[in-house]
Amino acid sequence: MKKQKKLVSYAKWGYIFLIPFFTVFIIFNLIPLVSTFYNSFFENYEIGLIQVGPTPVGLENFKTIFTDGDLGKYFTNTMIMWALGFVPQMFFSLLLAVWFTNSRLRLKGTSFFKTVIYMPNLIMASAFAMLFFALFSDIGPVNNILARLGIGQYRFLAEVAGTRGLVAFMNFLMWTGNTTIILMSGIMGIDESLFEAARIDGASSWRIFWGITMPLLRPITAYVLITSLIGGLQMFDVPQILTNGGGSPDRTSMTLIMYLNKHLYSHNYGMAGALSVILFVVTGILSMIVYTYTMNNYDGSGSLSKKARAKRKAEKKQMREQKKESKAAQATSSQHA
Amino acid sequence: MAKNVNPDREAAGRKGAHDRAVLTAQRTGCYIVLGILSFLCLFFFYILLINSTRAHAQIQQGFSFLPGKSFITNFKSLMANETIPVVRGLINSLIVAGGSAALSVYFSALTAYAIHAYEFKGKGAIFTFIMMIMVVPTQVSALGFIQLVGNLGLMNNFIPLIVPAIAAPVTFFFIKQYMDSVLPMELIEAARIDGAGEFRIFNQIVLPLMKPAIAVQAIFTFVSSWNNYFIPSLILNKAEMKTLPILIAQLRGADFLKFDMGQVYMMIAFSIFPVVIVYILLSKYIVGGVTAGSVKG
Repeated sequence: MKKQKKLVSYAKWGYIFLIPFFTVFIIFNLIPLVSTFYNSFFENYEIGLIQVGPTPVGLENFKTIFTDGDLGKYFTNTMIMWALGFVPQMFFSLLLAVWFTNSRLRLKGTSFFKTVIYMPNLIMASAFAMLFFALFSDIGPVNNILARLGIGQYRFLAEVAGTRGLVAFMNFLMWTGNTTIILMSGIMGIDESLFEAARIDGASSWRIFWGITMPLLRPITAYVLITSLIGGLQMFDVPQILTNGGGSPDRTSMTLIMYLNKHLYSHNYGMAGALSVILFVVTGILSMIVYTYTMNNYDGSGSLSKKARAKRKAEKKQMREQKKESKAAQATSSQHA
Repeated sequence: MAKNVNPDREAAGRKGAHDRAVLTAQRTGCYIVLGILSFLCLFFFYILLINSTRAHAQIQQGFSFLPGKSFITNFKSLMANETIPVVRGLINSLIVAGGSAALSVYFSALTAYAIHAYEFKGKGAIFTFIMMIMVVPTQVSALGFIQLVGNLGLMNNFIPLIVPAIAAPVTFFFIKQYMDSVLPMELIEAARIDGAGEFRIFNQIVLPLMKPAIAVQAIFTFVSSWNNYFIPSLILNKAEMKTLPILIAQLRGADFLKFDMGQVYMMIAFSIFPVVIVYILLSKYIVGGVTAGSVKG
C-alpha cells in the first residue's frame, strides 16, 4: 500500500518539472502560431497612415498570394540558391567523411581540418554576409586581386549569377563542416567488418563506397538532405544583409523569409499570415519525411517504439525465413553432391 | 626451388611497392582537396583581419597580404562612432545570448529529467510532441510573436528574446540522450532513501552529472543566440537596445562608400572574432558536440 502511494507521488514531479517548458511553449510559441494562422484569414494592412482592416476575408489572402506571381518567384530563388550550395556541400562532405573515416588512408591532422572546415558554421551569418559584401564589392579586395591577375573586373553584386553564387558559396562554406561531421558519425556506425570483408575480396574503394557506404548511409543522407532543405527554406540572414533586403538584382535573390520580413515591416499582416501558413505546411510535410526516416526507432523511454518493434519483428522473421531457405538450398545442394 | 620462390617474392614486393605508391598518391590528393577547402574557410577571415588593421586610404589603394598599422586607430574610431554603438551592442548581445544559454540548458535539463526519471501518464505522447515541435521554424510564428510582444508591452525589451529559450526542444533532445547514457536510476533512488527532495536531487546530483552535455549545449545556444538576427530585428529598434547583428545590418543599410572602410572591417571583426576565439579554445568539445547523442540507430 505504502509503496504504491510513493510511486504516485513521484509521478506528480514529472508533471511539475514539465511546467516551465510548456508554460513558455504555450505563451511564446503556440499562441503566436495560432494567432499567425488566425491573421491569415483577415484583410489587414496599412497604406501610408491609413489602417485597412482587420476584416475577415476567408481565403482571399491565399488566393492573392498564389496568383500575384511573386511567391513562385521567391520560392524559385530560394530553391536555386539552396541547391547551388547544397550540391557541392554534399559532394565534399561525403568525400571528406569517407576520407576521415578510412582506416587505410590514415590521414594526419584530421582534427585540424575538421576544426577549420567547421568554423564558418559558428560565424554570425549577418557579419559574414557583410564581410562578403565588402570583399566582393566593385572596389573590394577580390576585384582588386582579379584585376591584378589580369582576369578583369566582375560586378558580383550586380549580376544574377554573381549574387546567387555568393549566397550559395557562403551557405556551402557554412554548412560543409557540419554535414561532414554528421556523415562521419553515420559512417562510423557502419560495421567495420563489412569494409574489411569487401577489401579482402579485392573491391576497389570506389565499389566499396557505392556498394556498402552509400546504401547503409541512406537514412543519414536523407536526414541531411531534408533538414538542409528545411533550413534552406528559412534562408534569410545572408541574402538579406548581402542585398540590403532588396534581393537585388531585380529581386532575383529574394527569399521566402525575406518576403515575409518585408510584409512584417510594412505591417501587411494578412499576407504575412498567409505566407507563414504556407511555410508551415511545407516545412511540416518535409519534417514528416524526416520523421519516418529517423525517429521511428526511438521513443521517450529509450526503448523501441511499437512501430519499430513491429518492424524489427518482421525483419527477424524475414531473416529466419531466409536462413531456412538457404539451409534448405544447402541441404539440396549437398544432396546433389 | 629458390628460382621458383624469388620471382614470386619479387612480384609481391613490386605489388606492395605499387600499393604504397597508390596510397601515397591518394593521400596527396586528399591533402590537396583538404588544403583548398581549409584555405577557402580561412582566407576571407584573413583578409578581414588584415583590413581591420589598415587605414581607409590604404584599403582603397588595393589589397595587401601584410597587416597595416591602423588597428588601434580603427578601433578607436569605431568606439567613438555614435551612430553605431558597438560597445552597447556587445553588452546587449552578451546579455541576450548569456541569458538564453543559461535558461535554455537549465530548463531543458529539467524537462529531460522529468521525462527520464518519472513514470507518468502521457509521457510517451509528451516526448513525441516535443520532438514534433522541434522542427517548427521560429519564422512561421513570427507574426503572432511580434503582435504578442507588442500587446504585452515588451517591445525593446530583452525578455521576449531570452525567456523563450526555456522551451528549446533541440537542447532538450541532446541532454535527454546524454541522460539516458549516463544517469542510472539507482543513484536517484539512493538519494531518495537519504531523504533528499526531488528538486534537490535534480539540482545537486543530476545537474553536476550532466555537466559535459550542458556545457556543449550552452555553447551552441549562446552562439545561435549571439548570431540571431531575424527576431531581434523585429523587436529591438531603440539604439541602446540593439544587438550586434542589428548594428551590422544598420551598417549595411547606411551609405556604404561614405564610410571609413577600416572602421567597417573593424566592426565586422568585432562581431566575428569573439566567437572565433572561443571556438579555437573549445573546438574539441564543439566539434565533438555536433553529433553527441544524436544519430542513435
